[in-house]
Amino acid sequence: MTELILSRLQFAAVSSYHFLFVPLTLGLSVLVAMMETWYVRTGNEAYKKMTKFWGKLFLINFAMGVVTGLVQEFLFGMNWSEYSRFVGDIFGAPLAVEALVAFFIESTFLGLWVFGWDKLPQKVHALSIWLVAIASNVSALWILIANSFMQEPVGYVLRNGRAEMTDFWALITNPHVYYQFPHAVLSGFVTAAFFVMGISAYHMLKKNHLDVFRRSFHMAVIFGLISAVGVAGVGHLQAMHLVQTQPMKMSAAEAHWETENPAGLLLYASIDQQGHKNNAELKIPGLLSFLSYNRFTGEVKGINELQASAVEKFGPGNYIPPVTSLFWSFRIMLIAGLWLVLIPLLGLYFYKKRSLDKKSWFLKVLLWTIPVPYIANTAGWFMAEVGRQPWIVYGLQKSEAGLSTSVSATSILITLVGFTLIYGILAVADVYLLLKFIKRGPEDTNTEETLKSGIKGASLWT
Amino acid sequence: MDLNILWFILITVLFVGFFFLEGFDFGVGILLPFLGKNDLERRVIINTIGPVWDGNEVWMITAGGAMFAAFPNWYATLFSGFYLALFLVLFALIIRGVAFEFRSSDSSPRWRATGDWMIFTGSFLSAILWGVAMTNIVKGVPIDAHMQYVGTFFTLLNPYAIVGGLTTLLVFMLHGALYLNLKTTGEMADRASKIAKKIALVGILVVLLFAGLTYFQTDLFTNLGAGITLLAAGVALVLTNVLIRSHKGGWAFVTNSVTILLFTGALFWGLFPRVIISSLNPEWSLTIYNASSSPYTLKIMTIIALTMVPIILLYQGWTYWVFRKRVTERDLRY
Ligand code: HDD
Ligand code: HEM
Ligand code: HEM
Repeated sequence: MTELILSRLQFAAVSSYHFLFVPLTLGLSVLVAMMETWYVRTGNEAYKKMTKFWGKLFLINFAMGVVTGLVQEFLFGMNWSEYSRFVGDIFGAPLAVEALVAFFIESTFLGLWVFGWDKLPQKVHALSIWLVAIASNVSALWILIANSFMQEPVGYVLRNGRAEMTDFWALITNPHVYYQFPHAVLSGFVTAAFFVMGISAYHMLKKNHLDVFRRSFHMAVIFGLISAVGVAGVGHLQAMHLVQTQPMKMSAAEAHWETENPAGLLLYASIDQQGHKNNAELKIPGLLSFLSYNRFTGEVKGINELQASAVEKFGPGNYIPPVTSLFWSFRIMLIAGLWLVLIPLLGLYFYKKRSLDKKSWFLKVLLWTIPVPYIANTAGWFMAEVGRQPWIVYGLQKSEAGLSTSVSATSILITLVGFTLIYGILAVADVYLLLKFIKRGPEDTNTEETLKSGIKGASLWT
Repeated sequence: MDLNILWFILITVLFVGFFFLEGFDFGVGILLPFLGKNDLERRVIINTIGPVWDGNEVWMITAGGAMFAAFPNWYATLFSGFYLALFLVLFALIIRGVAFEFRSSDSSPRWRATGDWMIFTGSFLSAILWGVAMTNIVKGVPIDAHMQYVGTFFTLLNPYAIVGGLTTLLVFMLHGALYLNLKTTGEMADRASKIAKKIALVGILVVLLFAGLTYFQTDLFTNLGAGITLLAAGVALVLTNVLIRSHKGGWAFVTNSVTILLFTGALFWGLFPRVIISSLNPEWSLTIYNASSSPYTLKIMTIIALTMVPIILLYQGWTYWVFRKRVTERDLRY
């Protein structure tokens, strides 16, 4: 039992950390590619400055994405070896394809982009960053195909004591993917858009390089608005889909204990998981039915009924994920979703009225909104993954059964502490560098800083 | 030839690609503090691999993914069994990866010195640990009837495996020195070639020792082809040594690459058709049949891999072409 808890904690910590860097990569790569394209087409130096400035921040973030992703690739075998045996026939494939079709392009063309400024023709150089951006998003598609199999297994048969693939096409057209992929990618775009808006606001407050930051803001606010509306829209469709495929997850996220028709949406609930009920609630009648079916009537099954039918189907056991934390993580995501649509609407309005620079309160709000997408991303994954419990593969394998048998609790503890320490230190370095380059602004984003060659300060053996 | 064999070969190819490409990255990283006398020189050294190291590392990621897809039991047994060792590898790769990007971003001497240490330590540990891991797989580790590793972390640290680790360490260092000799100019290139001479001599001794231990510790030599290949790797190393001494740095790099190819090839050939040998009972070894995915999955993955790998080789090759010039102090970017 300790192994299970430690292993989950370790996996959650390490994956969530990876996903702090992923969304910014997904969106900022596209924005930087757009900036460079504008530069190539107009020859306007402001766009070159933008490309270099945001490109540097992109690179700092990317480095963290790469090294933390590396860990993810091996972590399934390390922590979840029995899971890996059980689903490897299916799950390994998208992981391998991801490396073959995405990671190679990403890493190779990023190298070309960074070092190729004066070695490649302008257009080829811009093409390199586009390839990085496309490959990053393709990598998201393949990893989410893998994740979707855990959420909604398709295209398999149980044979030889494991799940074997019978239909690769079904795997990559898993309906779950086509909600999860746009939702996750667009949330990456949102993250990057608010990152750019927030930092642009910071410089507008200081009246630095207004030409560069107004343009950056304009680009980001449009990109952000479209993406945020998309995230919320897809999120709604995704929730409707989950009511069909993972009803327990959705009912838990709504703290919806008893079956109702029409079902109401809770704005607030004081949840009693032991007693299988809420002690206090604030409910809008009919709204949950609406969110589930797009009409104000319709039965939404409650947790208690779902638990009973799960016991009937899978045998005795507790099939209820932690309701309180799911309920609140879903609420956090929803509120963030509203906020992230509202802010760019206002921003666009002020921008069009040319009063943005003077609205210093709004610029400050923008700056403080940078963390909001990060919080929503983490809450979203928390809901998706914790809501799947106790299953590691929905309906097929429980998390306990997926654990590595040959790994002791002590070993897991060592890596939990080890990863936490090293990731903690890296986080400090990462934030330090980001702040440094953000403050410095677009002048001199080049890293051509060299210690005078005579100085031996950094020398180790000589 | 069935697809299981094909996938065993493909994974061998991925490891060869990984050791060949990332091998010189590791070597360059290890030599960094020895060859770079000041910050400027160290930046030249790092810039020789700057554009390519991440692309090279993806060979390893792909090898991991391919093991998962084609031989899930191999992936599961190996990485849960070698848990703490793999953690060390990951730790090493993390610190070296971030250091490449972060080192140049701040100019305080302490920051840069930390970056140098991270690159050195990360490269050093990875170079040794991959050798240790490969040697253990060939030697055999305690695997029980249920494909579970029943040893401990220290089981992996036996003398033979450590010699295996030293072998990869030296071969990669040599590879890095020869690469630097090709990619830099003037005094730096000379220094690289000088150190290559020293490493090559020690390298020959260690490879001989490794081959000798392999004879006693494994059944590799019962497979004549694998045995000859391993010895040929040693011969290529002797040739490298001769070539360095006659100032043919480019050819020396080629023959050392052949050493890496033959060395990796020999270990995998000796392993075949097993993928991890059980030291408890030969029956319990994992093989390309009992560890594999279903024929359907192998078929799908074969189509994808055989389409993608040539394309990857083309554009990665093109990158090396774009950056074919030697790096001098005038074109620094990291
Ligand atoms: C929705 C997107 C997404 C998700 C859920 C994940 N990743 Fe990731 N990953 C990316 C999107 C991404 C990326 C955007 O493509 C990254 C981030 C920064 C980067 O360099 O590429 C990346 C990097 C990255 C790398 C380094 C690639 C390189 O060296 O260039 C590896 C090996 C992985 N990831 C593997 C994984 C695994 C095994 C995951 C499952 C837990 C995972 N990632 C979750
Ligand atoms: C990068 C974004 C991701 C984040 C932030 C994330 C987060 C989490 C969290 C919080 C848990 C712990 C749940 C719990 O045990 O209570 C978890 C478990 C897990 N996730 Fe994810 N996850 C991510 C992506 C993925 C992907 C893409 C996959 C598969 C391809 C995956 C596979 C797993 C597995 C195997 C477990 C452990 C077993 C379990 O507890 O059910 N995760 N993840
Ligand atoms: C406002 C409306 C939103 C709705 C209705 C919504 C709905 C959902 C639902 C139902 C899930 C669970 C999916 C699953 O379990 O498979 C989810 C996951 C997630 N959400 Fe949201 N969400 C919204 C806003 C946001 C925002 C603003 C962000 C970030 C900027 C975000 C980021 C995520 C992420 C990263 C995941 C995990 C990946 C996934 O499973 O798709 N969401 N969301």
